[in-house]
Amino acid sequence: MDYVKLINCMRCGMCLPACPTYRETFLETASPRGRVALIRKLQEGELDQSERLLEYLSLCLDCQACASACPCGVNAGELVAEFTCERKSDSGLGFMENLILRKLVPHPDRLETSMAPMRLYQNSGLQKLVRTLGLLKMFPKPLERMEGLLPTLPSRPLRQEIHEITPAVGTELGTVGFFLGCVMSLIFSDASRATIRLLSLFGYKVITPRNQVCCGAPNMLGGDLIGLNEAARTNIEIFGGYEVDFIVTDCGGCGAELKKYGHHIEGEPATAFSAKVRDISQVLAMNAETLTLLLKPLKQTVTYHDPCHIAHCQGIRKEPRELLKLVPGLEYKELESADACCGSAGTYNITKPEMSDLILQRKLDTVRASGADILVTSNPGCLLQLKKGLADSLPDVKLMHLTEVLALSIDS
Amino acid sequence: MQPSFIKELQTIVGGQYTLTDRESLAVYGYDSTPEIESLPGVVLLPGSVDEVVRIMCHCHGAGLTVTPRGSGTNLSGGSLSAGGVVVQTSRMNRIIEVDEENLTATVEPGVVTSALHREVEARGLFYPPDPGSMNISTMGGNVAENSGGLRGLKYGVTADYVMGLETILADGDTLRTGGKVVKDVAGYSLNPLLVSSEGTLGFFTGITVKLIPKPQGKITMLAHFPVLQDAAMAVSAIIAAKVIPATLEFLDKVTIKCVEDYAHVGLPLDVDAVLLIEVDGHPVVIAEEAAAVAEICKKHRCSFFQTARTPAEALKLTEARRTALSALARLRPTTILEDATVPRSCIAAMLKVIQASAKKHDVVIGTFGHAGDGNLHPTCLTDERDKDEIKRAHAAFAEIFDAAIAMGGTITGEHGVGLAKRKYLPKLVGESGIRVMRGIKQAFDPKGILNPGKIF
Repeated sequence: MDYVKLINCMRCGMCLPACPTYRETFLETASPRGRVALIRKLQEGELDQSERLLEYLSLCLDCQACASACPCGVNAGELVAEFTCERKSDSGLGFMENLILRKLVPHPDRLETSMAPMRLYQNSGLQKLVRTLGLLKMFPKPLERMEGLLPTLPSRPLRQEIHEITPAVGTELGTVGFFLGCVMSLIFSDASRATIRLLSLFGYKVITPRNQVCCGAPNMLGGDLIGLNEAARTNIEIFGGYEVDFIVTDCGGCGAELKKYGHHIEGEPATAFSAKVRDISQVLAMNAETLTLLLKPLKQTVTYHDPCHIAHCQGIRKEPRELLKLVPGLEYKELESADACCGSAGTYNITKPEMSDLILQRKLDTVRASGADILVTSNPGCLLQLKKGLADSLPDVKLMHLTEVLALSIDS
Repeated sequence: MQPSFIKELQTIVGGQYTLTDRESLAVYGYDSTPEIESLPGVVLLPGSVDEVVRIMCHCHGAGLTVTPRGSGTNLSGGSLSAGGVVVQTSRMNRIIEVDEENLTATVEPGVVTSALHREVEARGLFYPPDPGSMNISTMGGNVAENSGGLRGLKYGVTADYVMGLETILADGDTLRTGGKVVKDVAGYSLNPLLVSSEGTLGFFTGITVKLIPKPQGKITMLAHFPVLQDAAMAVSAIIAAKVIPATLEFLDKVTIKCVEDYAHVGLPLDVDAVLLIEVDGHPVVIAEEAAAVAEICKKHRCSFFQTARTPAEALKLTEARRTALSALARLRPTTILEDATVPRSCIAAMLKVIQASAKKHDVVIGTFGHAGDGNLHPTCLTDERDKDEIKRAHAAFAEIFDAAIAMGGTITGEHGVGLAKRKYLPKLVGESGIRVMRGIKQAFDPKGILNPGKIF
């Protein structure tokens, strides 16, 4: 790791109030400034790579709220991720990691097949039985949590259903490539269906290449740089085969990763690919006038949770709010600390359940205080986490993806 | 530190809030002060006044030193400990009361300054001190350092708002000073002595501050000056015209260039100085004041003057000032931010000294800050790995401090003496000053266990 990136931290502490884990613990070791210092002291030889040090670093959500708060451009979250990634790639992938990151994630068909038992488990009534009898208590805690997070699955993943080409409605404004996030396709297919529909209503021809693969974010998380680069190359090549104005995604995590391909991989195709990537809110906001003509009144109160991967990693905050405010009759309430992490953070809600729950609870408290009937966000990780949280504490609040709310207004 | 001492401390605050591992101690070895680190022996996070009392009693008996710490944003090394007990106040973060009849607020020491701002402003009240770190700095730290901020010119500093303190003394006894009364001449005025004592006289567990009604309106203005002297004269002329702006901030040429390179806010590179001026108060009064400010700036040959008409415009005008530190800090790895302060009539002379010292010692110093109250922030952009350059930076600052003293100013306007400015203090206050301070320290803390090595 580049030493200058570490000494750029001037320890002013501006990141402390932004960090969800510092807010919960008040511990310097659980703060962005502290994490940068730990890595720095490790590099300087003042500290060893102890279990405890790794444990402290592992409490970082990589939400990058610290990067938004830093006056001198240090991204502590990314530095921790980079450190973890370097360490893991030094030690090589474990058997399970290899199985998941190399054999499963890069192959959409295998990933989809792997979900089939879950679908059967839910549809057969087995899930209901298991939950009623409390049988999950017999399994390891992480499994119980995973089961609890999983919402009802759609009957088929969107990738298998969607046409490769969705024609534009009316005059063709342009062509966009649609990047289908794994979790969006497997679990939140209704939202992505709404996204494609909105794009086509706007006059975009939407190309959804069926052979596209996972963006590679799970590989980065698992320290598998080779897998990440492999995913990036495959996607760059596939989308490079089409003439598209933008590559659009409705998954914040994918968007953040796709925009970084240009950094990971040398050469013009990678930078050209990344330059074309847009979050769906950006494309919709560009066409606000068209949208206004389509929207019909919705008599509800809505609030918006900023996904870290959209607000902190991509710097997109204005567009989703502007879009929601366009819907006639829809009352918009700003969420307090809207851009604070919800505690989902990849697999964090499974690996660090206690901290994740504390952070989620804080988020739910702000949702309650907002008085909204609909909570909107646009990242599958947040959707999973918040769905579970709302079901437990605020069952009357509906959770929707940004494009679902807009589609609902159009149809109402 | 002896294991038995630590065990006793653990029973007071709980094992979870007693940090002794190498990793934790390493990250409590710094605060926001560049170049200074010092490893503590143990870090405690008490949750109540009672726990603080018991910590002090134990440490007093065992001869352990105690250093209070808030969020560790100190800029003079004041929250560092060499092998002693660091006591972090963050868990004691309740706003105990906002008294709207007496216009006071009472808080625990770990309350974050901006949290108090939010709480009182929601009730139409105002707590003016706004140090740059207010989003994380704690009230305990603000009181211990007598923090200032952007609004100092019109509204004063922390000391002007502290009405009452509950302080745990070195031996664990509780000292209550002041309260909610405006007038109180019973005995020595101990509040002003405790404010800015930098953790060397006692540990604050309760703080009562004065509140004022929130100003009804605000007008933001920005002026560019091709000639530095004109900007300095304009500052004096504004005050002489009996207008006291809430904010009167200044950026010099080096800072302007950095801000423009980084944030592209539309500052011209051929001007010597930019002034950001805000007047606040009753709408009728501030309209008159804003007109006076505009006339004075134009009379002093500003090349550009703008008055914000909307809150969005106001935000845009303040952007250059808000990004000043970020823009400077990004240039080089190490940023040394100083706070030499002079009577405001000497601002132009002080800026000349800063520029001359930077040139003489071949270092880059950008200056911004609170022109209205003479509190400037000469900021040296350097690299801690370049030992020679660091040496030159300190040589330049030594000259700057000497000049500030010669002009009737001070070596630190708001960051405190701590460890960083200890060697300059005798020059400022003289032998008698140090003798009196030592006497006071002796009266409060005869065993010398409270934040030793700081100030003198």
